Amino acid sequence: MSNKTILRYTANQRTNHWLVAILFFMAGLSGLALFHPSIFWLTHLFGGGPWTRILHPFMGVLMFVLFLGLVFRFWRSNFFIDNDWKWLRRIDRVLVNDEETVPAVGKYNAGQKLLFWTLLLCMLGLLFTGLVIWRAYFSAYFGITTIRWAMLLHALAGFVLILSIIIHIYAGLWIKGSVDAMLHGWVSRAWAKKHHELWYREVTREQAPERPTTKKG
Amino acid sequence: MASQDIIARSATTTPAPSVRNQEAVAKLIDTTKCIGCKACQVACSEWNELRDEVGHNHGTYDNPQDLTAESWTLMRFTEHETDAGNLEWLIRKDGCMHCAEPGCLAACPSPGAIIKHANGIVDFDQDHCIGCGYCITGCPFNIPRISQKDHKAYKCTLCSDRVAVGLEPACVKTCPTGAIVFGSKEDMKTHAAERIVDLKSRGFDNAGLYDPEGVGGTHVMYVLHHADTPKIYAGLPENPAISPLVGLWKGISKPLGLLAMGAAVLAGFFHYVRIGPNRTEEDEHPDVPDTSVHQVDPAVHTFDPRGEGRP
Repeated sequence: MSNKTILRYTANQRTNHWLVAILFFMAGLSGLALFHPSIFWLTHLFGGGPWTRILHPFMGVLMFVLFLGLVFRFWRSNFFIDNDWKWLRRIDRVLVNDEETVPAVGKYNAGQKLLFWTLLLCMLGLLFTGLVIWRAYFSAYFGITTIRWAMLLHALAGFVLILSIIIHIYAGLWIKGSVDAMLHGWVSRAWAKKHHELWYREVTREQAPERPTTKKG
Repeated sequence: MASQDIIARSATTTPAPSVRNQEAVAKLIDTTKCIGCKACQVACSEWNELRDEVGHNHGTYDNPQDLTAESWTLMRFTEHETDAGNLEWLIRKDGCMHCAEPGCLAACPSPGAIIKHANGIVDFDQDHCIGCGYCITGCPFNIPRISQKDHKAYKCTLCSDRVAVGLEPACVKTCPTGAIVFGSKEDMKTHAAERIVDLKSRGFDNAGLYDPEGVGGTHVMYVLHHADTPKIYAGLPENPAISPLVGLWKGISKPLGLLAMGAAVLAGFFHYVRIGPNRTEEDEHPDVPDTSVHQVDPAVHTFDPRGEGRP
């Protein structure tokens, strides 16, 4: 028996998210292996240097395609609303778990929305620069200056992506209940109200439509 | 290979063996003596057991048209018209320049796939090569080529195997006009200086040595009749250097990037330690009913979306 009565993520959404997560770890670790000599040993996870070089771009492209699935599922919930800017100004209170004066937010808070758009930007950057430096198939079509820029930007976008995901993972561990939400799908009313009050009001109104409610938004 | 200490190694951050002082070697290519016979190309193929595909005539004497994984050296022919209206046939033997500061080595992500010997030779170890092509990105001279057969990078080795046992490179041995000579770098510079004096006395006022500073000097040098305009020799770069883009990509940004990622993980950990997790008190809304109760008798509307006591 559980008090988790609100469905936050459907089975398809959860599957999509975790497929992207798995591919992120594979593409990320194989990319890091070539990022700095001190972690070249990560190539052993993928069967050695040549296999890492062969597999990394395929894992990256697959990650991008699956990530597009998340984008189509979630982009509408990631537009900024007025409260998001107020929320950002209260980020110091959020960080110390003192949410009394923090404005209510929708399905995602401003941090999550920033993450969403940052990830999209990084993924697009990684895809296009990655194709340019994909020596086996595409590099021959580009000039050396383009390739050098692509190398640099690919590393930069990968760095920003990994940093963003570190924050994303920590936020999940920090805000109890969110990992569960992505694993099993369900959240409690208290959780929804505490962290995403506007969304909570929206879904609870949907759940009890027959009830004559006079409540304003 | 005790006779050839490795003094630099790709993707390696600690110092390489460097106590022994070995004399730097150099190959000097005198473009003013070259007759374009391509014996050097043949000797290179023979010694290194390379048999490139027989190509097609592309309207120039260049054959093959470009360096390949199986053609490590190539005569590049340029028909150059001087200001006085004379035709000069400039022939440059292209190939790895063996930079003192090799861009390929700086760019390579695989430890030990590119090495620099104490005598100056820059060598690829195909056994460690992963085929990523970063060496091509790093090279200021556009030299390395990835083989389509095995996806390994190849280029001129300066016959490191021959040099290690006291022989000159195969191209040097075969050159019929003495346009290619080999020895210590100092001796080659002296030899070049004599050649330049001779050329100047014959009217080539801009004759000079090509040993570009931007890459720390090279262990393959050219004597050029027009050292002021190396570009006319089939695009020999004027001031070659490791591109700032490659410098940024492979330089300080990566250790800083790793540091930032590590710092982010640590910041998260200590946030958890100092501030702690954000838990939801499930009993802070006592009037939210147990769902099972709600489902037992839907007619009883204990369910209240405004359960927080909002006005």
